[in-house]
Amino acid sequence: MNALAVKAYSLRQDVLDIIMAGGGGHIGGDMSSMEIMLTLYSRMNVSPERLRDPDRDRFVLSKGHCVETLYAVLADKGFLSLDEVKAQFSKFGSEYIGHPHNTIPGIEMNSGSLGHGLSVGVGMALAARMDGRAYRTYVLMGDGELAEGSVWEGAMAAGHYSLDNLCAVVDRNHLQISGTTEQVMTPGDLHARFAAFGWHVIDVSDGNDVDQLKAAFDGAEETRGKPTVVIANTVKGKGSPLMENKASWHHHLPTAEEYEQIRRDFLERKEALSHE
Amino acid sequence: MNKIANRAVMCEVLKEAAGRDRDVVVLCSDSRGSGSMTSFAETFPAQFVEVGIAEQDLVGIAAGLASCGKRAFAVSPASFLSTRSYEQCKVDCAYSGTNVKLVGISGGVSYGALGMTHHSAQDIAAMSAIPGMRVYLPSDRHQTRKLFEALAQDGQTAYIRLGRNPVEDVYEEGNIPFEMDRATVLREGTDVLLVACGEMVKPAKDAAERLGQEGISAGVLDMYCVKPLDARGLLEAAKGKRLVVAVEEHAPFGGLGSRVAQVIAANDPMRVVNLSLPDAPVVTGTSEEVFRYYGLDAEGIAKTVKQTLRG
Repeated sequence: MNALAVKAYSLRQDVLDIIMAGGGGHIGGDMSSMEIMLTLYSRMNVSPERLRDPDRDRFVLSKGHCVETLYAVLADKGFLSLDEVKAQFSKFGSEYIGHPHNTIPGIEMNSGSLGHGLSVGVGMALAARMDGRAYRTYVLMGDGELAEGSVWEGAMAAGHYSLDNLCAVVDRNHLQISGTTEQVMTPGDLHARFAAFGWHVIDVSDGNDVDQLKAAFDGAEETRGKPTVVIANTVKGKGSPLMENKASWHHHLPTAEEYEQIRRDFLERKEALSHE
Repeated sequence: MNKIANRAVMCEVLKEAAGRDRDVVVLCSDSRGSGSMTSFAETFPAQFVEVGIAEQDLVGIAAGLASCGKRAFAVSPASFLSTRSYEQCKVDCAYSGTNVKLVGISGGVSYGALGMTHHSAQDIAAMSAIPGMRVYLPSDRHQTRKLFEALAQDGQTAYIRLGRNPVEDVYEEGNIPFEMDRATVLREGTDVLLVACGEMVKPAKDAAERLGQEGISAGVLDMYCVKPLDARGLLEAAKGKRLVVAVEEHAPFGGLGSRVAQVIAANDPMRVVNLSLPDAPVVTGTSEEVFRYYGLDAEGIAKTVKQTLRG
């Protein structure tokens, strides 16, 4: 049994509950990016006891709309109270809004508007180099987000400065709000595109597989002289056939019946993974 | 005539600060020459980051550096910095609470003949509208030094607009009153108050002298801090006057004049005239020619005051 793989399904249920409690959320991307965030937080040098530690690893959720998964992962790591998140998410006056906000413990930067995180990550990685610190910086982007030109400005600078302490992750779920990424704006050969900007590119065939992700992040850490991008081929809405690979579930709020179905699907997969 | 541009003074102050504090970093977008930052880059290469012609990246990287404890100064032409990277200024600097100083160089109509792409006549309005963003337009090299010395110490984001060319001194060596976020009273007067910022302070001061020779007593306030505007200082200086005239190198909307009118109307209503650039592409010419054309030189300011007072 892979405990992390099993945990991903417990946290999927937490995300579902956060979304139901708040009356909305970006469930499709939350589910595709679950294993990415969970695997990262299982290896990052971060702790709620050392929030301001200058040597902590940095994580920027550039696809900020998948904050519900970040809340669930941060709660699992002891940064937040899950009950508090559920009680307050999207409520009047709450800090727990639909995008990351750095007044919340464990969140480094505010995001929500796409295409900002990679440049910010470049700045964090440059600061580590200037200060001689060993921390690593991770930036998670969506595949639809890669249409933002600012992403490629950041990619250019990371390559120019050979930032091997920077690792970008693309949640390559092939869908965005209006349809497939190919229909909306062709991303083309992402591997070749990043490579052309001077990046080491690691393709992960199943970006919802924690072992594959772990191997990719190991590979990123071992890479010298280049930033690494992990292109994680994921399934949008991962965890329940009801929402898997459906663009309409980008930010669909489940009905009561759908909630029950999804809950049962999560339990079933969790059970299956527990016996592997 | 002073030959030292405000941007050159900025470079000197930042070099002094960088020598004391290795967290002071400067970023440029292929703008180290126009920002007078070449000698900074040469003296402190480890504290200088070149990002190329990519203003969004400039501000995002600066924010990332600042989030790790750096005092980041992002230096780029005001026209591009305040519009191309506007969202990064809003989200990555102001909203995220990072200590990034956004220095808009060659501000206003400094790039006179290069046209509207290179003019920044909307930067005060744009930057002022961002919650948490401060906006400063120093008037001369002496005030620029005081301002940057203060900014190199503090911990919050701000937008600072500097012009390209040397401007005549407003203050004298040894007599440079400066208090952070407080306007400076340059001249007392009883009839009219002239409020100006940046490069318009000197012509406003000169206009007040002309008016004095013609029997009109005009006070002058250097409102280098457009946001937070020194409302108390403004109201004190405006008290008992017949007219307040705001003078700015900016579009007529959302700049110094708008803020001055807002404060005066809410607290001590009286007539306010706003002298500004037009709501149109600015005419081609040197700064001097442009200011004269739009009545923003000493003669034009004095003329408007006299005409308005005559009714």
